Amino acid sequence: MEALWQSLTLPPAFWYGLLKIGLAIGILMPLIALAVLAERRISAAIQDRIGPNRVGPWGLLQPLADGLKFLLKEDFTPGHVRKAYFWLAPAAAMVPPFLTVAVIPFGSTMGSQNMVIADLNVGILYTFGIVSLSVYGIVLAGYASNSKYPFLGGIRASAQMISYEIAMGMSVVPLFLLVGDLNLGKVIEYQAQGGWLLFKQPLAFVIFLVAAFAETNRLPFDMPESESELVSGYHTEYSSIKFALFFLGEYAAMIAVSALMVTLFLGGWTLPFFGLDQPAASVWGGLLHLGIFFGKLGAFMVLFIWVRWMMPRFRYDQLMHLGWQYFLPLALANIIVTALWLWLAAG
Amino acid sequence: MTDLLFYLLSSFTLLFGALVVVNPFSRNPVTSAMFLALAIISTAGLYVLLHAFFLAAVQILIYAGAIIVLFLFVIMLLDLREEEQKRFRLLGLTGGVLGSLAIATAIIATITVAEPGAGKTPEIEGTTRQLGNQLFADYVLPFEIMGLLLLVAMMGVILLSKKQLR
Repeated sequence: MEALWQSLTLPPAFWYGLLKIGLAIGILMPLIALAVLAERRISAAIQDRIGPNRVGPWGLLQPLADGLKFLLKEDFTPGHVRKAYFWLAPAAAMVPPFLTVAVIPFGSTMGSQNMVIADLNVGILYTFGIVSLSVYGIVLAGYASNSKYPFLGGIRASAQMISYEIAMGMSVVPLFLLVGDLNLGKVIEYQAQGGWLLFKQPLAFVIFLVAAFAETNRLPFDMPESESELVSGYHTEYSSIKFALFFLGEYAAMIAVSALMVTLFLGGWTLPFFGLDQPAASVWGGLLHLGIFFGKLGAFMVLFIWVRWMMPRFRYDQLMHLGWQYFLPLALANIIVTALWLWLAAG
Repeated sequence: MTDLLFYLLSSFTLLFGALVVVNPFSRNPVTSAMFLALAIISTAGLYVLLHAFFLAAVQILIYAGAIIVLFLFVIMLLDLREEEQKRFRLLGLTGGVLGSLAIATAIIATITVAEPGAGKTPEIEGTTRQLGNQLFADYVLPFEIMGLLLLVAMMGVILLSKKQLR
């Protein structure tokens, strides 16, 4: 008994980890709310409207009002659904994006602590593993709803997300040929020394970016929901807070994939001037690095939102065609070219 | 801590694995597939305890993230009502029993040969670079044979699923 109790005593690293998890969730949740507001304001600007500007200064408290509305509306469960999966699906949509954030280094150091929750030596594989799980939420929602349109949405989602996952995974292989490590911290270190991977691997970046749109089901690839043909697809039967979870899950996934792109292609928390590419010496420097990271993240979020309101939706066969017949061969060719180049450079 | 996690994860794996085939509450194939996904995730947890992080990540990425989703894809397109009412058939039952016996024999044979205790540290531990070096240097023949096997399987599937051969 004594031995068991001894083995359960927790080291300080555990408590620091817990603190960082709390910090990450504490930042991510308001960020999701902010992203929803940004979506509404930017879409309004693009369509020459004003958008929500009544709740709080500049409409900043609008997410609170939205959240309250979602919570207070009747949570209606249609009679024909499969209950267990109907409850499970919204949760399954929400969890993966949060798990992805665990390996992203969102800052350099704060005091003695690295600003990454889990410094895994297979960081990128972990994120791809978790991202690949995010399809369950949508597929299960489509199955649980037990009616035609959600079902079609679920089927589309499973095929689309698996297809683009492959292109996405293949597109980052050249990056790791260059870096020589799967740890995301090492990727940032490499970029701090040798310049951003965006400029070294532009093709990989383009493939990754487009695949990211497909993976998060954002326009122009929002086939699983496509309002005009599938009546919102997989979440047709959902209402109130369960719908909100899908909605927030989509934004959380956007944030997670943006964070991944910042880390992989834009040098993470570093900037190539004023010595900002070195780990911070003081707390203020640490905060500045956090600021840089979230600035880059915000830029990607604005890009996601902007594209949504500027582009029409692809047709499903066009989507599949693009994924399998252009991106996959291009990504494979990129791997071979990079490997050859490295081989020749090494002599 | 590690011991506790080992017992937890292995009992989860066994429990979920059993629920895939003999679920007393539901005969729904989708439920079986979901429990298979959970069993696979628990196995990935066991790999983490063995410090085989690469294996754990790939286990989730390939099995839970892609293969089970394809299972779901196919199951959802099948006529589930018919499947749920299906009774056990003699042929399927014997095949299943024989298959599991064969796998059990292989596992027991391996366990009896293995020496208990910590042993020498496996070299797949640690970075992916070491794993790659091992795969492409020491184990290149089995690796290539596996690759060929997968290629044959893939071509077989393409051939079978083609409606008419040109």
